[in-house]
Amino acid sequence: MTEFSRRRLMQLTAAGALAAGAAPDIALAGYKPMLPIEKGAHLQMLRWTGFVGADDKHWKMNSEAFTKATGVPVSIQEISWDEVQAKSGLAAQLGSGPDIIMGFYDDPFIYPDKLVDVSDVCGYLEKKYGGFYNIARTYGYDDAQKRWIAVPIGGPGDAVAYRESWVKEAGYDTFPKDFDGFLDLSRKLKKQNHPIGLALGHAVGDANTWTHWVLWGFGGKQVDENNKVTIESKETYEALKYAKALYETMIPGVSSWLDINNNQAFLAGQISATINGISIWYVAKEKFPEIYKDTRNAPMPVGPVGHQTMFNLFSQAFIFKYSKYPNAAKEYLRFMSEKPQMAPWLTAMFGYVTPALKDYAKLPIWTSNPNITPYRDALVDNLPEGYAGKPGRAAATALNDFVIVNMFADVCVHGTAPQEAAKRAAQQLREIYGA
Amino acid sequence: MLDRPNVLGLLLAAPASLILVLLLAYPLGLGIWLSLSDAVLGSPAHFVGLRNYIQLFHDPVYQGAVFYALMYTVCSEALKLFLGLGLALLLNRRFRGYRAARAIMLLPWVAPTVLSALAWNWLLNPQFSAISWLLMKLGLIHGYINFLGETWPARISLIVVNVWRGIPYFAMGYLAGLTAIPKDLIEAASIDGATRFTIFRRIIWPLLLPVTTILLSFSTIWTVTDFQLIWTMTRGGPLNATQVFTTLAYQRAINGGTLGQGAAIAASVIPIMLILAFIALRSTREGS
Repeated sequence: MTEFSRRRLMQLTAAGALAAGAAPDIALAGYKPMLPIEKGAHLQMLRWTGFVGADDKHWKMNSEAFTKATGVPVSIQEISWDEVQAKSGLAAQLGSGPDIIMGFYDDPFIYPDKLVDVSDVCGYLEKKYGGFYNIARTYGYDDAQKRWIAVPIGGPGDAVAYRESWVKEAGYDTFPKDFDGFLDLSRKLKKQNHPIGLALGHAVGDANTWTHWVLWGFGGKQVDENNKVTIESKETYEALKYAKALYETMIPGVSSWLDINNNQAFLAGQISATINGISIWYVAKEKFPEIYKDTRNAPMPVGPVGHQTMFNLFSQAFIFKYSKYPNAAKEYLRFMSEKPQMAPWLTAMFGYVTPALKDYAKLPIWTSNPNITPYRDALVDNLPEGYAGKPGRAAATALNDFVIVNMFADVCVHGTAPQEAAKRAAQQLREIYGA
Repeated sequence: MLDRPNVLGLLLAAPASLILVLLLAYPLGLGIWLSLSDAVLGSPAHFVGLRNYIQLFHDPVYQGAVFYALMYTVCSEALKLFLGLGLALLLNRRFRGYRAARAIMLLPWVAPTVLSALAWNWLLNPQFSAISWLLMKLGLIHGYINFLGETWPARISLIVVNVWRGIPYFAMGYLAGLTAIPKDLIEAASIDGATRFTIFRRIIWPLLLPVTTILLSFSTIWTVTDFQLIWTMTRGGPLNATQVFTTLAYQRAINGGTLGQGAAIAASVIPIMLILAFIALRSTREGS
């Protein structure tokens, strides 16, 4: 594996900017707003605190470049990612707050009528950068009203982080590509006293990610295309049985894990593999050189359905109708999504966010290190919250109530029969979707 | 005109009353209205009567939250009272460094809840728990304890943390109560040959009763409405085992967007709070 140095990163950042055809300053010189910006406009934006430091830093730098180009000051407020939903909900309810919010999943579908139509910005970006991934469309395009209600940004994608030497000791030269291989490897790793670990507590990101991935990997769905509850199915039972077998190979205590625990356990050398964003590898690189040397990232194995069934976090930015400066806000989101800004931002954070626009998969950062490459394709086969149903409030409530996570925990931790656990989940889902 | 007691009294009470109406009565009224509506974030609300309450009544997650909220409160309060009183009796004695001991005792109470919850998260971590490590070194256990990952250990752990945080409040209150007990009463009883236990039972405890009522009612109000500690440590997990009114209300109303149902969960605490507030108010009056 090639050593990934700060110098290399700087080269890549420069390359990312140059790939856009111009360095940022040159781009600014020829910058023309697409829309007439309101006089005296100033913007407030609420976003999630970056999972890696370079994220916030470069986002702010790009923001300053926008101010320089347009004269529109932008103040950015950052809060923990799992609190954004609450804040944006309140802003929608009160009709006042930040002009732009960078939210998650299908937040825009909770209050679609309160959001500014951003079809012009999305149309422009789609045309220029090879189109959006399906998942971006699902979370940003309102099919009912035939308009974009959010500008998709990207997803802090997931992949497997694992210890190469331990996996090799278990007899695997590369990380398994399917569920059966993953289970077999996990059993062998457990025998060698190097168990894997996946969060099964109320971990908003990590627990939801892997349980949905397994459920969908077997073809299970909480609801069908018409939001009819379909969780009680043969596929769900198979998924639960598989998860139970996998749970038995895990380090004790995952049932209490919140989002931070798998990172801590991996970086302390207590687990051999987990599913996470690139932050584990990134932090290992910065602070844990011994673990970094042995850490590898691989795409998540594929289930019996035969294609990837990932459930990554996904972020999109939306503008509230109460904003006095909707044009400035739209212009800001367009500016931030353009290559001179996007390329250095993504490069500086080693691709922590997989962009929603397909052309950005061509940036050199993705192939600069084999451990970054798995994150490039994180959005290709990403399924949406509440799959296979429609995005919206019911899907958000089910996710926030941890219905799927608890169904898995019920089987794995409490030893409940899959049929019984699915039945309980179905009752809860019927309440949620029926309401 | 200002000389009239009625007018002056009203004028003086007006600012505080206004603040109470604006900041307390209005949100409370709004909360009750929301609980009777189908309000969801970002959409207009319609009156639905008691539908939210009826739904909650059949909701196993809510039933679990009621059970744990009551268990959490009753167990925590009993332990805090008992241990707080014990600590106050100890600290009421004059010994070398008693002032420092009183100051140190306050630390769990003054530390921000989120900070202490995070510290406890480490102490109860399934991989890095210092408690498990110590017990293993002593040969008492063979593997790390899954404090927050299983139903009962998680429920008990949160009670322990709540007790740890709340003891100083009881101890300080009791310490103040003990200082106020006239020394001559105790001396007279000693001269009459009363044992220490009799003195406690017949003199100290009855004189501490008004303080106990105040301490207990206020502390119960805070415990029933405790949110930060549980949210930081378990988020109501595992499997909703540590869900209480506040966490479930937040989860449903703010994260899930179903304001009506969240408000109904929150409003269902009001009867309990009213009883407690009534007791607290009465005992404050009696105390004065």
